[in-house]
Amino acid sequence: MKPAPFSYADPGSLDEALEVLAEEGAKVLAGGQSLLPLLSMRLAAPATLVDINRVPGLDAVDVTDDGVTVGALVRHHALLHHDAAARVQPLLARATANVAHPAIRNRGTTVGSIAHADPSGEMTSVLALTDGSVTVAGAAGTDTVGWRDFFVGPLETSIAGPAVVTSAFFPALPPRSGTAFAEIARRKGDYAVCGAGVVVTLDDDRRVTSARASYVSVGIVPEVHDLTEAVAGAPVEKADWAAAGALARTLVEPDTDIHASADYRRLLVGVLTERTLAEAAAEASARATRE
Amino acid sequence: MTTKLFGEPVRRREDARLITGKGRYLDDIGHDALAAAFVRSPHAHARITGIDVDAALEVEGLVALYTYEDLAGPMAEPLPVLIPHPQLHAPRTGYPLANGEVNHVGEPVVMVVATDRYVAEDVCDRIVVSYEELPVVVGVDAARAARSCVHEEIPDNVAARHHQETGDVEPVLADSPRTLSFTQYIERSACMPMEGKGVHAKWDADDDSLRVYTSTQASTSVRAAIAAKLQLSLDKVEVIAPDVGGGFGVKIMHPWPEELLIPMAAIALGQEVKWSEDRREHFIGSAHERQQRQEITVGYDDDGRITALDVHIWHDNGAYTPYGIIVPIVTATQLVGPYALPVYRVIVESVYTNTVIVTPYRGAGRPQGCYAMERTMDRIADELGLDRAVVRERNLIQPDQFPYDHQLTFQDGRPVIYDSGDYPGLLDKLRTLVGWSEAEQLRADAGARGKLLGVGMAMYVEGTGPGPYEGGHVQVLGSGKVLVSTGLTSQGQGHETAFAQIVASELGVPIEDIEVTTGDTRRFGYAVGTFASRAAVMSGNAIALAARGVKEKALRIAAEVLEASPEDLEIDEGVVQVKGVPGTSIPLRTVAVLSNPLRYAFDEAARQATQFAGPGDDSKPPVAPGDAPGLEHRDYYSPIRSTFASGAHAAIVEIDPATWEIDVVKYAVVHDCGNVVNPMIVEGQVHGGVAQGVGGALYERMAYDADGQLQNASFMDFLMPYASEVPDIDIDHQQTPSPLNPLGIKGAGEAGVIPGTAAIASAIEDAVGRRIASMPISPTELYDLVRNDSSEMTAAAQRRAGTGVMA
Repeated sequence: MKPAPFSYADPGSLDEALEVLAEEGAKVLAGGQSLLPLLSMRLAAPATLVDINRVPGLDAVDVTDDGVTVGALVRHHALLHHDAAARVQPLLARATANVAHPAIRNRGTTVGSIAHADPSGEMTSVLALTDGSVTVAGAAGTDTVGWRDFFVGPLETSIAGPAVVTSAFFPALPPRSGTAFAEIARRKGDYAVCGAGVVVTLDDDRRVTSARASYVSVGIVPEVHDLTEAVAGAPVEKADWAAAGALARTLVEPDTDIHASADYRRLLVGVLTERTLAEAAAEASARATRE
Repeated sequence: MTTKLFGEPVRRREDARLITGKGRYLDDIGHDALAAAFVRSPHAHARITGIDVDAALEVEGLVALYTYEDLAGPMAEPLPVLIPHPQLHAPRTGYPLANGEVNHVGEPVVMVVATDRYVAEDVCDRIVVSYEELPVVVGVDAARAARSCVHEEIPDNVAARHHQETGDVEPVLADSPRTLSFTQYIERSACMPMEGKGVHAKWDADDDSLRVYTSTQASTSVRAAIAAKLQLSLDKVEVIAPDVGGGFGVKIMHPWPEELLIPMAAIALGQEVKWSEDRREHFIGSAHERQQRQEITVGYDDDGRITALDVHIWHDNGAYTPYGIIVPIVTATQLVGPYALPVYRVIVESVYTNTVIVTPYRGAGRPQGCYAMERTMDRIADELGLDRAVVRERNLIQPDQFPYDHQLTFQDGRPVIYDSGDYPGLLDKLRTLVGWSEAEQLRADAGARGKLLGVGMAMYVEGTGPGPYEGGHVQVLGSGKVLVSTGLTSQGQGHETAFAQIVASELGVPIEDIEVTTGDTRRFGYAVGTFASRAAVMSGNAIALAARGVKEKALRIAAEVLEASPEDLEIDEGVVQVKGVPGTSIPLRTVAVLSNPLRYAFDEAARQATQFAGPGDDSKPPVAPGDAPGLEHRDYYSPIRSTFASGAHAAIVEIDPATWEIDVVKYAVVHDCGNVVNPMIVEGQVHGGVAQGVGGALYERMAYDADGQLQNASFMDFLMPYASEVPDIDIDHQQTPSPLNPLGIKGAGEAGVIPGTAAIASAIEDAVGRRIASMPISPTELYDLVRNDSSEMTAAAQRRAGTGVMA
């Protein structure tokens, strides 16, 4: 379990990084929490690792009323404890709390895990649920790519050619909305057997206008499921979250692996949907009161 | 007071060193050594049709390549069957490097030696081995069906048919008021020490001698194996177990191919060579344990008393049987637990599969035996509508029945005669500790919270400290330092502390003056090894005897100097003194100087000793016949047979009926290992064992697919419990000393793991009311079980639901 030979570059600027990335078989290294095990197991053998940790300007969390922009070098730990970000988009802290263990959160980057496009990653799911986007710097300039266009398959994104995902943008939580995020894992901190993030939005009369969910370890790319029809128009206290859970179960197509059957994952989708929607609705209601 | 330490919770002396990174593990040795790596079989069963190394030869840094063709003499022969047995009628072992055929994924085919491990793996990547695939056998049921075979000459895949019986079981079953039969399964797990195996070898060409460090549980036997296989004189081979990062059984298996191949390469190349096993190698190239299919028939009366027990087990031994049939024997003989069985028959068929070999993993067949017996108790209780504790109570061996002869033959070839115990006492303490009588209230409370609660228990008896022997050496230096050594090895058990406590107590010296060395053949050449919960029993007693020998000599020498009788002397705090006469004393270190008539005054100790030295008797030699210079003694402890520890565990689980997550909310242990050297160490052993028990019950499983590929050969997918998954453990102790050894102790190393699977299965079954007959069990499997209309409902659940015939 030692990596195959590779070259290492630690450019001091984005331009320089893109230059090295233009070489055959070059790969970006940020936190390394997914990449380095793949290297050690020789499941990946890039010719060059381009360590972007010295590139300036990628380590900021920018919070505006519109949303939160997370730089490519921001560690999960920093996002987890970023109060301003949590106020604008509470899912960020809620989801990062479920990312592995503290040691991994201290090194792993949120943008890196999104660029890794693992369908069992929490932050890929959150990017989808919040209708977020990533900024990709390439040879031809900088592009903003919406999440639907970004995630192509498991561990596969639409990035072609030399490029660095420099940031991810998570839109702010809309008014009268609440969120929740929950996971079930075999052991605390493991990849989830199933996870669910939800956003519930109410109207001025506290009736449900929107209920959306995105799941972790369900399906091959992140998806957002609109569950509104099961609860649309219901007063928040009376909404039938179980019906939304039942609806969710019909929408997902989970896979079987050694840790869980597809049926079991579908069961969990229903349970987690019901539980998280109720929690999110309570938060939406409380926020509506404050707002 | 630091000398009367036996039985005290002395803090582990080795921990400060180990937890501050000052341990010296295998990979810390030989920074400049060449590194070895192995090309291992990617197929579970195949013939090797060619090995092409051409592309590999171009890799810069390659030093040497070895295939089977490069092995000579004894190295080209099959590896030894360590423990032959007449009932192991078809033993098979592999070769150090595969000889034309591979029988499991991970079997070593080519050894590469290079300048470092990175390069060695680069070379491995470029070696092309061609294979002709053969049909694959995975799992006991496939082995038993024998539609294909692992070894061509063994068409039924049966390596051994182990059979013991204490009488004619069939007529008794036929006459029994009641009988029941069932089949159940238990899966593969593995030891998974944090440190994998590893070997470092250094050849001294000028001295024609070899020093080998290996992460082993049996350095003396590895030494003998290396000497035999490499045709070296034993005196030219030293084997040392450095700090070892866990063993749990996998390192008692020996010689591993690598333990022979690395020294072979070091000699051939005249350079240091090291191999440090990585995690994937450990998963596919070491050993697993536990898979069995158990068919059980029990006869019993209306009170739940067993009349006869008939057990037929199929035991998956993997591809080869280098460790003989120790695990099947242990299952067969330890299954009986604390119960008096009027007649018992057991057959264990040990079968080959195209998977990693099966050798002892902490518990070594006992968890399976306990699972069979304890689940039988649960079934009887369920059938009769009796309290599970009551059924157990009615079958227990009583305190006045010791020594209790089961009429069985144990793993050491000696009779299974329980030396001492108080099993009703254990059960009483357990019921109190776990709150057994409040179970229904707890169930109701949990129900109000939307949870399913269940309780389960399991009892066990563990044969510990089998022979044939261990030795101990104790020496007092002129500095006052006391050197203690024993040949068996340490893997974190706290031997540096426990053995020092024994010597401090026996010899009356401060523990701070004592240094313990284990597993170093330079210091002690004869040993058996650290397994079967035997270190404290075997080396503990041997060291105690050695310390008593030292004490006797010290008192004899001191008596002459102090002009007193040895009987009137005592040693305390490292000073020999006349009892009740303060001031009439001599330091033990001075006695040590006096014990050697050659006393060059190199140091203060020697100079001080001169004031005590008498003029000497010109009519006698300076060293009397039969005496020896030095204050030291070597002694051995060889028991007549094993001593039997015992215990009882109970688990309370809560299950979420929405997600079927299983939470062990309480785990209670009552433990009896006789006299306790250090209760803190014993509790630590219990904690670690329980963690592995919980792992085996709820998390761990070797996920082989039908092609014999291990699907979860990493710590990401093989789910050992984290601290977050291990419940808090309540422990109560009972002490029933062993009459068999001077210290009255019994082993404690494996106890914690043995009843975990049985107790947790019982608790889950109690919670969900469905029969649990396959362990481990995960939430996804529990979900499948409860929604399957054909899965059996327990009678207890039917009674609770008011639907059963006995409702």
